Amino acid sequence: MNRQSNTYTIIYSIILVAVVGVVLSIVYQALRPKQLENIADDTKRQILAAALITPASGESVSEVYASHITDSFIVNSAGERTDASADPFDINVALEVKKPADERQLPVFVCNTEAGTKYIVPVYGAGLWGPIWGYVAMDSYGDTIYGAYFAHQGETPGLGAEIEKPAFSSQFEGKNLFSPDGQFQSVKVVKNGQEPTEGAYVHAISGGTITSQGVQKMLQNSLEPYEAFFNFLRYKH
Amino acid sequence: MNLKKTFLPLFNPLSKDNPVIVQVLGICSALAVTAKIEPALVMTISVTAVLALANVIISLMRNTIPSSIRIIVQLVVVAALVVVVDQVLKAWNYEISKALSVFIGLIITNCIIMGRLEAFALNNRPWPAFLDGIGNGIGYGIILVIVSFFRELFGSGTLFGCQVFPQWWYDAGYQNNGMMILPPMALIVTACIIWAHRSFNKDLQE
Repeated sequence: MNRQSNTYTIIYSIILVAVVGVVLSIVYQALRPKQLENIADDTKRQILAAALITPASGESVSEVYASHITDSFIVNSAGERTDASADPFDINVALEVKKPADERQLPVFVCNTEAGTKYIVPVYGAGLWGPIWGYVAMDSYGDTIYGAYFAHQGETPGLGAEIEKPAFSSQFEGKNLFSPDGQFQSVKVVKNGQEPTEGAYVHAISGGTITSQGVQKMLQNSLEPYEAFFNFLRYKH
Repeated sequence: MNLKKTFLPLFNPLSKDNPVIVQVLGICSALAVTAKIEPALVMTISVTAVLALANVIISLMRNTIPSSIRIIVQLVVVAALVVVVDQVLKAWNYEISKALSVFIGLIITNCIIMGRLEAFALNNRPWPAFLDGIGNGIGYGIILVIVSFFRELFGSGTLFGCQVFPQWWYDAGYQNNGMMILPPMALIVTACIIWAHRSFNKDLQE
């Protein structure tokens, strides 16, 4: 058959695309369960990281998660538990943060640590190149950050990507989210020499200005709807 | 059969016919992944795997491919391989796949792969094509590791993420060179390597 003819070319490309399509879908179907398991494990690892718990290598993340996370539920912006049947673990935070505050479903994970009960909430926002997200663990009084974990999809290595390093996230430990007169205020991420006179702040990453501002906006947008829930924790004691 | 000739496709790309500094292919990813050594190494392994497999597949198909759509055929094969590599990494080594994120997808656009398919695999039998893929992948990796060594050392003061420069050095006023982290320095370091390489290999000078 003439290899330069149009018929040959068209048939050849149809067969090629069909074969590649079949191969790719088989690979996808075969690996999907394993991938979903990895993603769930990774999310659990991130939630635990916010409460400063790192599963040792060889330890099953799911088991460590099950032994520390004693409860999880969904609250609304009024701080009340909703009776939604959805699993807080499956809430898509990326979609929730785009809704107005009073329509959001706000997941809370209750974590039992050596330092007492902590409440872990997810945060989600945008960095320079793509999404950034993380988890913030509040202490049992609901006003102070116990630990934080941040991650990113594609921030610049050595610059914006530094937000995932403990050197950055450990700055958040002990920051108070409420002013002395009881007003909610998120943590600010500021440059050296531009520290605000009041309110909690951490130092931004030099060279990662947009990512640092993204962290500040993410915290403001994601934590504010929890104000009522944090207040509930504060007055419970 | 002459053994030296058989393995020429494997050893030639390491220096005399290096894809990055002699053929000047794959410069784009040399900029993107060389801020740290570790991603540079994993990128090397992934590119070598995709390049060797793509070379073999295209070489097997070389007598059937209609010349009018050969670039598209190559692209489809490479894209499919990259997706498979990405899926396998996600299933079996999730940590690494997270660390590389977008870079895996970028292998498709790596000009070394298309360059070698066009220049070598289309005209050669599968075994030499396989060696050519491995050789070019390693040749690419050598340059990536050298560039990322200098960039990580002077840009972050670390190697493989471990602190190299002692703290008192910083206390005495030494600062990491932030310029090294930025893409332009990858070009400048690569250019320095080409300079050194050509002054050793006079026959490459134009």
